[in-house]
Amino acid sequence: MTTYILRRLLLVIPTLFGITLLTFLLIRLAPGNAALIKGQTGENGGHAMTAEVREQTIKLYGLDKDPLTAYGDWLVKLAHLDFGQSLVDHRPVLTKIRERIGLSVSLTGSALVLSYLIAVPVGIAAALRRGQRTDRMISFVVFLLYSIPTFVAALVLILLVAGGDYLNLLPMYGANSIDASEMSGPAWAWDRIKHMILPVICLTYGSLASISRYTRVSMLEVLGQDFLRTARAKGLSERRVIFSQALRNALIPIVTVFAMELPALIGGTIIVEEIFTLPGMGQLVFQSIEARDQFVIMGVVTISAFVTLFGYLMADILYVLVDPRIRFE
Amino acid sequence: MSAPLLRVENLGIEFGPADAPVKAVDGVSFAMAAGETLAVVGESGSGKSVTALALTRLLATPPARYVSGAIQFQGREVMTMPAPELRALRGKQIAYIFQEPSSSLNPVFTIGYQIREAIEQHRPEVRDVRGEIVRALDLVGIRDAATRLGDYPHQLSGGMQQRVMIAMALACQPNLLVADEPTTALDVTIQKQIMDLLRELKSKTNMAILLITHNFGLVSDFADRVVVMFRGKIVESGPTAEVLRHPQHPYTRALIECVPKLGQKQRRLKVIDYAGIN
Ligand SMILES: Nc1ncnc2c1ncn2[C@@H]1O[C@H](COP(=O)(O)OP(=O)(O)OP(=O)(O)O)[C@@H](O)[C@H]1O
Ligand SMILES: [Mg+2]
Repeated sequence: MTTYILRRLLLVIPTLFGITLLTFLLIRLAPGNAALIKGQTGENGGHAMTAEVREQTIKLYGLDKDPLTAYGDWLVKLAHLDFGQSLVDHRPVLTKIRERIGLSVSLTGSALVLSYLIAVPVGIAAALRRGQRTDRMISFVVFLLYSIPTFVAALVLILLVAGGDYLNLLPMYGANSIDASEMSGPAWAWDRIKHMILPVICLTYGSLASISRYTRVSMLEVLGQDFLRTARAKGLSERRVIFSQALRNALIPIVTVFAMELPALIGGTIIVEEIFTLPGMGQLVFQSIEARDQFVIMGVVTISAFVTLFGYLMADILYVLVDPRIRFE
Repeated sequence: MSAPLLRVENLGIEFGPADAPVKAVDGVSFAMAAGETLAVVGESGSGKSVTALALTRLLATPPARYVSGAIQFQGREVMTMPAPELRALRGKQIAYIFQEPSSSLNPVFTIGYQIREAIEQHRPEVRDVRGEIVRALDLVGIRDAATRLGDYPHQLSGGMQQRVMIAMALACQPNLLVADEPTTALDVTIQKQIMDLLRELKSKTNMAILLITHNFGLVSDFADRVVVMFRGKIVESGPTAEVLRHPQHPYTRALIECVPKLGQKQRRLKVIDYAGIN
């Protein structure tokens, strides 16, 4: 088991190389760069940069080097766990990420838990009513949801329940109300939860299709197994046969599905945090892309890639833990 | 004959579309006395398993349809029995062992747990459940039973798995054990061990056994009576010795001739000539 994990961890390294190199090249090949954009926005007292200052800035940021050399420089720094500085505000990338990662993790985490809580029962219900109206309804609804783009769902939700036009139940944007710093602990927490409801919904609904489908297929496969006949022949109630015996078998492949959902979720936070003005990693990366703030982008990408790859490893380990038939020696 | 343990009357079970049904079981009637061993013999697809599963209404409906018949166990009608009573019958009065031990045990539960489920379901009065599980495993000849409780099915050989199935079936001391081809999936030496075990258990308890097989060789020294099934119907029945000596139906004769005699040079395998039957 330990050697297996070590081997898998070693595989993470080349994958990370690939992902970061690709990202780096894409950033460099995209039109514009941090210095040009800064120059346009006229950050220094409203004036655009002079050509001379722009040249200096480009040199300073290393934007004149060829992409591969620059990537090499970046890697060398990374080896010392130095993610570099933001080209926009010159703060360390790691500090900026640290400030924002908590919010994104709680968003994706809540979305993941919520999708499992909804999709697994839904998938089981579909399997138990295979081919009947309930089954067809469920599959229609989850695929309909799956096909709605996040930004459309977000805008519709805001219009319906947060815009004030119809129902003004939930806040429209931000992670907290403006006066949150004056709130007591529980009030603050409630305020935060209210702000998170719509973003979490937007991140969740897309995962329902895949998780519920996996559950349905897995359950159907188990429902045809001989050992359930044995369970019934023992005199167990149908409820026990399904929810104690069959479910245990059916859930084994499902525990690993979360890893497959991670990339979509992380991608989803970029749109969701931007729309709901949430100061998380997704918003950070969105703003950094606009500003061509390459080291911040690289930092976020590296960490996201690592989390995703780590998720796959976790999924494999979990699989071994929950399925007694599989043992890595 | 006193009131039989089990009486099956005109049982009819169909599969498939209602307008073109497959009559898996077609007007089957038989009875079993307490402690009796009845063998049901017949080729593949003759309706043996369907009949056996029907005894406690274990067939899923659909696809199966119970189209006719009555099943009385200890005088109670199984066909119309409400679900709770049916569950009390299954495992407690009528227990099963199946052909494929490896797929009949749930791979993600320990064997101890799977036997425990049966005991807890039907014998709530048992205090030392663990001790009872160990006793059940001991009974079927599993050595060091106490240390095997935590084993998962895949850690055991096929023969051991079938012993576990038997232990589970016997844990609640049923009055009828239905053994559906209990040795077909096992190799020959293990087959003999399992049949010897069943014979030994039969002599220890007053349990009736319904032995399903397509092997007449197993029948001769094991069963009191034989029922021969062919295409969903019973074509012949009677005391084992009589049926073996004077088979009436051509199909029975063909089946008997299929059994290679021990110590006799094996002849060319006799192929059943269906044209001559019916
Ligand atoms: N689930 C099912 N769906 C459709 N038809 C079925 C089903 N189960 C059984 N049958 C039909 O019932 C007939 C009898 O099957 P059964 O399993 O009782 O045969 P068997 O005598 O036990 O054969 P074997 O020796 O192969 O176990 C089969 O020919 C098959 O056509
Ligand atoms: Mg069969």
